[in-house]
Amino acid sequence: MLQYVIKRLLSTIPVLIGISLLLFFMLRMLPGDPAQVLAGQMATQEDISLIRHQLGLDRPIHVQYAFFLSRLVRFDLGRSARTQNPVTAEIWARLPNTVLLAVVAVTLACIFGIPAGIISAVRPYTLIDYVVTSAAIFGISMPVFWLGLMLVVVFSVILQWLPAGGTGSWKHVILPSVTLAAFVVAFIARMTRSSMIEVLSQDYMTTARSKGLKERVVIIKHALKNALIPIITVIGLQFGLLLGGAVLTETVFAWPGLGRLIVDSILGRDYPVIQGAILVFGLLYIFVNLAVDLFYAWVDPRIRYD
Amino acid sequence: MKDEDKPLLTIRGLHTLFHTLDGTVNAVDGVDLDVYLGETLGLVGESGCGKSVTALSILQLLRCPPAEIQGRILFKGINLLDLGREGIRKVRGNSISMIFQEPMTSLNPVLTIGEQIAEAIVLHQGADRREAWERAVEMLQMVQIPEPRARARDYPHKLSGGMRQRAMIAMALSCHPQLLLADEPSTALDVTIQAQIMNLVVLLKKEFDTSIVLITHNLGLIAEMASRVVVMYAGKVVEEAPVQDLFKEPLHPYTQGLLGSIPWIGRKLKTGRRQLQEIPGVVPSPLEMPKGCRFHPRCPRVMDICCEQEPPFVRLAEHRRVSCWLEAE
Amino acid sequence: MTEKEGHIKYAGQFRRSWAKLKRNRAALFGGVLLLAYLFTALFAPLLYPGNPSAPNLIKSLERPSLEHLLGTDELGRSIMGRIIYGSRVSLLIAVGVIAVGLLVGVPLGLVSGYYRGKVDFIIQRVTDTMLAFPGFLLALALVAVLGVGLKNTVISIGISMVPIYIRLVRGCTLSVREEVYVEAARAVGTQDRGILLRHILPNVMIPITIQTSLGMGMAILFAAGLGFLGIGVQPPTPEWGAMLGSGRVYLFCSPHVATFPGIAIFLAVLGFNLLGDGLRDALDPRFRI
Repeated sequence: MLQYVIKRLLSTIPVLIGISLLLFFMLRMLPGDPAQVLAGQMATQEDISLIRHQLGLDRPIHVQYAFFLSRLVRFDLGRSARTQNPVTAEIWARLPNTVLLAVVAVTLACIFGIPAGIISAVRPYTLIDYVVTSAAIFGISMPVFWLGLMLVVVFSVILQWLPAGGTGSWKHVILPSVTLAAFVVAFIARMTRSSMIEVLSQDYMTTARSKGLKERVVIIKHALKNALIPIITVIGLQFGLLLGGAVLTETVFAWPGLGRLIVDSILGRDYPVIQGAILVFGLLYIFVNLAVDLFYAWVDPRIRYD
Repeated sequence: MKDEDKPLLTIRGLHTLFHTLDGTVNAVDGVDLDVYLGETLGLVGESGCGKSVTALSILQLLRCPPAEIQGRILFKGINLLDLGREGIRKVRGNSISMIFQEPMTSLNPVLTIGEQIAEAIVLHQGADRREAWERAVEMLQMVQIPEPRARARDYPHKLSGGMRQRAMIAMALSCHPQLLLADEPSTALDVTIQAQIMNLVVLLKKEFDTSIVLITHNLGLIAEMASRVVVMYAGKVVEEAPVQDLFKEPLHPYTQGLLGSIPWIGRKLKTGRRQLQEIPGVVPSPLEMPKGCRFHPRCPRVMDICCEQEPPFVRLAEHRRVSCWLEAE
Repeated sequence: MTEKEGHIKYAGQFRRSWAKLKRNRAALFGGVLLLAYLFTALFAPLLYPGNPSAPNLIKSLERPSLEHLLGTDELGRSIMGRIIYGSRVSLLIAVGVIAVGLLVGVPLGLVSGYYRGKVDFIIQRVTDTMLAFPGFLLALALVAVLGVGLKNTVISIGISMVPIYIRLVRGCTLSVREEVYVEAARAVGTQDRGILLRHILPNVMIPITIQTSLGMGMAILFAAGLGFLGIGVQPPTPEWGAMLGSGRVYLFCSPHVATFPGIAIFLAVLGFNLLGDGLRDALDPRFRI
């Protein structure tokens, strides 16, 4: 297992380097003077000169990259072109909100999605299976922002049970996290179903039954343990879709998170913040996947006891 | 008939059907057989003849639907097919056990060997976990796995094919069943390991006085281990005989073909044939069974009546019968 | 097997797969949905004569009525008309995105999987980096760089689709490459190009087809997302997501403006997903994707 862990950790390094390169060149691909772009429209000549010095624009490109990297490691992402606050501060203020939504969404998705998938797999081609698979395919086809709006119409306009946006109480968390969870629940239900069906057709299931074990034991102890392994790995990928969905959901519900920050920054051409937010999203995604891969290695005895 | 003479397992009129999108497949089409106390019954036939399905039907390990099992399967006087889900569960792993062909895929990769053996003991013999674990280790010792205590904590992927098969045998015999269904237990193993495993089975059979149904297409194995043989073809029994009689004087053309196709040293000299004797043709598709005797398209001694009517069973001795028009006349 | 025909794994199964697909009612339903959209896109002017983007402020924000079956938006334009013409935009985006993904992703995947070595390593690192960003965010980032509008939407989403195709094609190539018939072909002296074209490419087509159907649905969803945020297709071009975005403000008083375009998106994506799923069920057991 140690070998696997080390290999996995090492494989994140080229990706991290790749991301830094991506961000570095992203700025320079934009039309115009990079320093000006970073400074924004409200900057003074002084600000621009300062930034130009920071970026080292008059130096060769690899030196610029070195500057960039050194600032990255120190978490110096510059200042927002719109508010002049440090980018790290802007991000830090909003990151917990997004993480909150994501965690609640994933939790909801697992609580509802995994049992649905199991039931569906154990009773295939029955009514409940059709209901679950149909609901699931509807779920993954639905645009997340449209679902959000529809939920607002129903629960805020017509029923007036829940607020339409903003933060403040636990009531404010419900609609955005349910919206965000919808796609993930559907996906997890589908994955669980297909993974379980695959496992249930394995030889060792017949062996388990031939010992006279109760069906419930067979399903949970023998089948589920095996089926969860690929599901867990997929949850990591799902997190990525979740982050993408967060961007849209936060916009719909005026949720003060990282997603909304990115959108506002893109619309406002606030490049330091765009850069910083994309970096943070990317890092988040990489590390969640890393955690999932390590967890998977721990859970699958074939890898753990090499 | 004295009690000891009554068979342990009696199968009468077993029909196992599979309802598929392409039609209904009669995998087992009217099989009768008996298994007596302490004997090893060989169940022989090519792949697809229904022998595995027969065994799976006994323990009702087929998914119904699409499968459907009809007939009577009497075990110690009780019809297993009348038992509900709970009833057959109590029999499985307890009075009747099964071992399977592929040791590589028949063990659960995420549970330890010890756990997989112990769970049957906990279930059927009411032992607590520690006791069950001890017994599991004992069983591993009995199947001659070195360092059984350490191996019990291993996961299946750490064991070789032969070891896994031993573990499976340990699992199946852990509750001292009276009947063991062995579905091609050594086919997937290396030849040398095959011999070891089969010797082990013989040893354990003596130890626990278990009856065995040995399902295989390997006639050599049958010759060594079985006391009586049932030959199946295309879902039906075609011949049944004590092992010596079957090899000395096979009556059904199919059996003759099977025995004739075994390569043996000196054959060319004795028979004058250079080529191996084969049975021409292929096993019929279950959806397109030939009319009359199912073997007739491939039979070297086919007669007109064979194409029209299915041959009846002719009983030649107490444990000797054959289904062939050649004997019926 | 003759050299000329190339060898498709399980070639005889195609007919059976097709039959299986036809039996799948959900997939058929999806196919019907897509055909309906295709029809709508092709015959848009017949279905809605007139300019869908022409404002008519007198009729602004009208409820659905006989005159305008789905009501009008904030500029008085028929929502039905805009949805009909929007199908053109969405289909165009879907095709464009897939084209980018295929044209760039497939060759790179083939090369990466077949030749291995340094080329593979580099392509894989780049793919890893791109996949380090969740799809939508990658498209978002690219839009931030390239700018808004239809063309840039297609390019951004297309580029974010490339690594998926590279991975898919590479995986399939890796497994086909180990097949005995490839070794046999090489043994008789077939050139690399021949092997790639005649043996590997046909096998790769199947997972590509499945992914394409699902990918088109994803493309429409992403494009709608960008449109919703205002950084996708720009007005006055009718794009469903953008319509949702601009209609959002009127959600409380005139919910129909945002509701109907969303249904259009949903049904289109549903169609692609049902079809893609059906294709996967019919073909997958043989091509583990």
